[in-house]
Amino acid sequence: MTAVTEAATATRTLTYAEAVREALAQAMTADERVFLLGEDIGTYGGAFGVTGDLVHSFGAERVRDTPISELGIVGAAVGAALAGMRPVVEIQFSDFTAQAMDQIANQAAKIHFMLGGAANVPLVLRAPGGSGTGAAAQHSQSLEAWFAHVPGLKVVMPSTPADAKALLLAAIDDPNPVVVLEHKLLYKERGPVPEAGTRARLGETAVRRTGEDLTIVATGVMVSRALEAADQLAGQGIQASVLDPRTLSPLDDGTIVNSVVTTGRALLVQEAPKTAGFMAEVAARIGESRAFGHLRAPIGRLCGLDVPIPYAPQLERAAVPQVADIVREAGELVRRW
Amino acid sequence: MMDLHKDAGAATEILRTMWTIRRFEEAVDDMFARGLMHGTMHLSIGQEAVPAGACHALAEGDYITSTHRGHGHCIARGARLDAMMAELLAKETGYCRGRGGSMHIADVATGNLGANGIVAGGVPIAAGAGLAIRLRGQDRVAVSFFGDGAVNEGAWHEGVNLAAIWDLPVVFVCENNQYGMSMSVGKAAKVERLAERAAAYGIPGSTVDGNDPQAVYDAVAEAVHRARAGLGPSLVEALTYRWKGHSKSDKNLYRTREEIEGWRERDPITRFERAVAGTLTDSEIAGCREQARDRVRAAIRTAHAAPDAEAATLTDAVYARSE
Ligand SMILES: Cc1ncc(C[n+]2csc(CCOP(=O)(O)OP(=O)(O)O)c2C)c(N)n1
Repeated sequence: MTAVTEAATATRTLTYAEAVREALAQAMTADERVFLLGEDIGTYGGAFGVTGDLVHSFGAERVRDTPISELGIVGAAVGAALAGMRPVVEIQFSDFTAQAMDQIANQAAKIHFMLGGAANVPLVLRAPGGSGTGAAAQHSQSLEAWFAHVPGLKVVMPSTPADAKALLLAAIDDPNPVVVLEHKLLYKERGPVPEAGTRARLGETAVRRTGEDLTIVATGVMVSRALEAADQLAGQGIQASVLDPRTLSPLDDGTIVNSVVTTGRALLVQEAPKTAGFMAEVAARIGESRAFGHLRAPIGRLCGLDVPIPYAPQLERAAVPQVADIVREAGELVRRW
Repeated sequence: MMDLHKDAGAATEILRTMWTIRRFEEAVDDMFARGLMHGTMHLSIGQEAVPAGACHALAEGDYITSTHRGHGHCIARGARLDAMMAELLAKETGYCRGRGGSMHIADVATGNLGANGIVAGGVPIAAGAGLAIRLRGQDRVAVSFFGDGAVNEGAWHEGVNLAAIWDLPVVFVCENNQYGMSMSVGKAAKVERLAERAAAYGIPGSTVDGNDPQAVYDAVAEAVHRARAGLGPSLVEALTYRWKGHSKSDKNLYRTREEIEGWRERDPITRFERAVAGTLTDSEIAGCREQARDRVRAAIRTAHAAPDAEAATLTDAVYARSE
């Protein structure tokens, strides 16, 4: 398939969920091999309404409802991918990838390598992660580090409606298994989305804002919080760059390093718990790079607490970084150093 | 086997339990709709005969594992309504100190090893509780409640098989409410009756009317008897129906209004009230209903007055301390 890149194209405002749905529809229209499978994605329209009415346009064969069998679903997708199809799996909450982990980590990720490159597993696994809905410990995790730690998987975290579409289309084109971690709180967010099937390249950090005092790297729902924080910081005379890696694997660390070389300070923000989280990897990449000599402050990490996500709203808020936390940490990093 | 309809004590207890579950969940539904509760909610209104009948066959010390739709199991085992309500209202006095919410409410003191946000998550756990009972030489049983959707998870098959090969004192109770979210049982399984799955593991399986507490009680009591006698696990499938949507995101697109109405006419509570009319007087029956209402109201009042769950102690709750 020829990727449409950088096409000058009309945009309109869509929600993040609508953008995902449009990507799925365009991919299915363009390529007979693309089909969807997951729990309640047909008539129900998906637990978060993402697949919506796709079953009416594409039929129940291609928008395939499954029993509650995550391991079976992903395994069947691996098999279908090996046998020439392009499956796109929806796992209802990213927490339930735990059920399917053998097929994700031991099968999908490794088959191409183990067979010496003789076979490909072009499958996409979409799953919503994150907290903020009161769904508690088994329905609110941010598990990106699990997947980023497995060679053979690509890991994508779209933070805007436009990226939700462009990155998903790129993931579907990709000949490898790609885990796309969407965020529940973003599904209703609105933004401009190109009508055409514009692809984003997997492995390209987006610079969302430029400022010379510090570099904030954020993923998922933390990107919009970082941007809001950056606006407030500007009011205090602090100019922040905000970078969104968009794909964690492969990671475009060059763009991050370049920014830190300029600013000399880095604050890394993630929703997931701190210990062994993805931002530890980003910190290490900065520390190992030529940016090291330019650092004017220790690299800062602002992460979720090392706790399961609690139910009570006041506890849930306390468990993950909020805008005010980012403003405070960033301000401290700049003023102290 | 005991005839629940003829025994005034048993009839009262069953009726009170079913009304308490009904009134508790109606109150929760209402508070959620009014924005007084956070998160999501899975209601078991219409299914009350299953926990009421099954738990009547259990004794103190027995264990249960529950599900995301677990308020009924918790209540039927004798949990305190105020601590349940406090959990839903995110209070420090809730069963999980506001950390768990609806999907995780459990009263460990009454043998509830946990409601579960993971479909089929409790099934191998029940097998493990059965194993501990065996290893410790106890006379207890473990009952695992799960929905029809759970029988298609690998964890279900692995858990049932372990219990079967080791003859563990476990009773697997499938609350077949006809749907796993939007998928009907008929679409999710090729077997006519889910109880047929028992044959694959060499254990007894039976299908009963899950809207009749007597039928549920009889089947579970027999399975409990077998389990306590060292004869191993059984599978009981109770046919019932979920009146409400799966959760708050449900638009009921996958079933008809007629189907829902048809099942509402088979209301387990109304049926049981009719069946016990010769044993309990009208005012005794009304008393069960009123007590349930009053207990739920009192629980809401107590819970509202309790202190909110405390964020300051969040990280303290992650690991258990050595004794
Ligand atoms: C492993 C896992 N997969 C999917 C879900 C999402 N989910 C929650 S309840 C449910 C339906 C469960 O159906 P069933 O077991 O029949 O129980 P019921 O809801 O009907 O009581 C689904 C799909 C989940 N919680 N856990």
